[in-house]
Amino acid sequence: MGFFTDTSVCIGCKACEVACKEWNDVPAKELDLLGTSYDNTGELGANSWRHVAFIEQSRPSTVDLGMPGVRDEQDGVRWLMSSDVCKHCTHAACLDVCPTGSLFRTEFGTVVVQEDICNGCGYCVPACPYGVIERRESDGRAFKCTLCYDRLGDGLEPACAKACPTDSIQFGELDELRERADRRLAALHDKGESDARLYGRDPDDGVGGDGAFFLLLDEPEVYGLPPEPFVTTRDLPSMWKHAAVAALGVAAGVVLAFAGKRR
Amino acid sequence: MTDSYYGRPILKEPAWKVPDVPAYLFLGGLAGASAAMAAMADATGRASLRRSGRLVAAGAATASVGALVHDLGRPARFLNMLRVFKPTSPLSVGSWILAPFSGLATAAAGSEVTGWLPGVGRLAGIGAGVLGPAMCTYTSVLLADTAVPAWHDSYPELPFVFGGSAMTSAAGVAMLAAAPQDRAPARKIGWIGTAMEVAAGLRMERGHGIVSEPYARSGLLKAGRGLTLLGAGLSVFARRSRIAAAVAGSAYLAGGVCTRFGVFNAGVESSRDPKYVVVPQKLNRQTSKTR
Repeated sequence: MGFFTDTSVCIGCKACEVACKEWNDVPAKELDLLGTSYDNTGELGANSWRHVAFIEQSRPSTVDLGMPGVRDEQDGVRWLMSSDVCKHCTHAACLDVCPTGSLFRTEFGTVVVQEDICNGCGYCVPACPYGVIERRESDGRAFKCTLCYDRLGDGLEPACAKACPTDSIQFGELDELRERADRRLAALHDKGESDARLYGRDPDDGVGGDGAFFLLLDEPEVYGLPPEPFVTTRDLPSMWKHAAVAALGVAAGVVLAFAGKRR
Repeated sequence: MTDSYYGRPILKEPAWKVPDVPAYLFLGGLAGASAAMAAMADATGRASLRRSGRLVAAGAATASVGALVHDLGRPARFLNMLRVFKPTSPLSVGSWILAPFSGLATAAAGSEVTGWLPGVGRLAGIGAGVLGPAMCTYTSVLLADTAVPAWHDSYPELPFVFGGSAMTSAAGVAMLAAAPQDRAPARKIGWIGTAMEVAAGLRMERGHGIVSEPYARSGLLKAGRGLTLLGAGLSVFARRSRIAAAVAGSAYLAGGVCTRFGVFNAGVESSRDPKYVVVPQKLNRQTSKTR
């Protein structure tokens, strides 16, 4: 199960952020004005499991998608809004590197932290290629989106998808969501929105496809997403080989240093 | 010009505390190489080198565990590290190297100090000596197996930088602590370690395009290399002069600390600037498309 977030219909209402906080009891933070358009959440982290990005671009929308903006003949301003979330990677680095087994893959194919196991080692934090999971200052353990594991168990959809008024956040079986996303992309391309693209949809990408994938209207990095993320453990066998050769080098060096006659 | 969302980092900065984690890297390497050195000193009958090696291995291993536990968000749960053995997690594999190593190194040192059970002490010392080289290099995999660009991309060189640095650190302590007649192997270990560390370090600073930048401009890495080369140079005179041995040993140790902090900081720096994520990944995409 997973999410398809169609950013072309996001209206930036942040109902997803609020619903997520309410349902999952995610701590609030003090009101902080970041000076980044209507975004005062800033980024995904231990205390924000959904994050609505607001991107103001000084170029006119190529096609009227009903998005807000400021338009005139010469140049205009367009607004991109996107609700970001943990990608629930098929090959999840956070899960791979977790030394305690706290991070696990659920029966729904999602990636969840077991809070009673996490010892706060923080290894998952730099392992995530999307910069999602984070250690909570007040608590010491790592937190992120659970794709509402508890709700899924009861046959409910995640709180953010439930609260989304425009169906920008869609929840369902990944295969079905992918078909739906392909149709939506084709429709946008037909309209002339040539920059529209799917992000994280491809099961052959560096993370084996995202359990939460997106339809974007610009390059991924514009939304703060890595362009071609990959799971770091892809290279782990080679890393261990190099480390083993280096360790043998150390051993050989030490033995060699003791060889020869004593002086 | 690299676009990102209001110039924000794409990755999360490693949550690991400073100095805890760089100190853990340094102490683990020092302990590992010292244990290997002590085992060889024991086998070749160099008592003072065996003694200092065993004591340093035990002390540094214990301090390294302490630094690791202190870094945990929930230190009371440190035993959860040994809850499972997970080959995909270098920290799990590392914990399973570190735990027996610390135990063996401490047993060897305990026997050394008390004189009790010398046979057991010798066996423990051999065990720690065999695990020692793994102690020197596993931490490089720990850093490389992340999304942090500078750490991940330098995974071919990092184990040699850490392994070499561990050897020079162990040689440094031995030069300070061992009796003059036992210093010869330590000097050689220092030279071999210097060659390994400097060669791999230069490659790391030049071989990875834009991602090498944080290494190339690191003052700590330059200082580390300078001090290590100073130690290697001065140790030529360490056979005769106690002062030269002491200065060379101190330079090696200071160089080791600088190198570990330098590698750590360069990685953190590369996680902060989105260009180190965006530029190489876009380049990858282009080359894979034209293929």
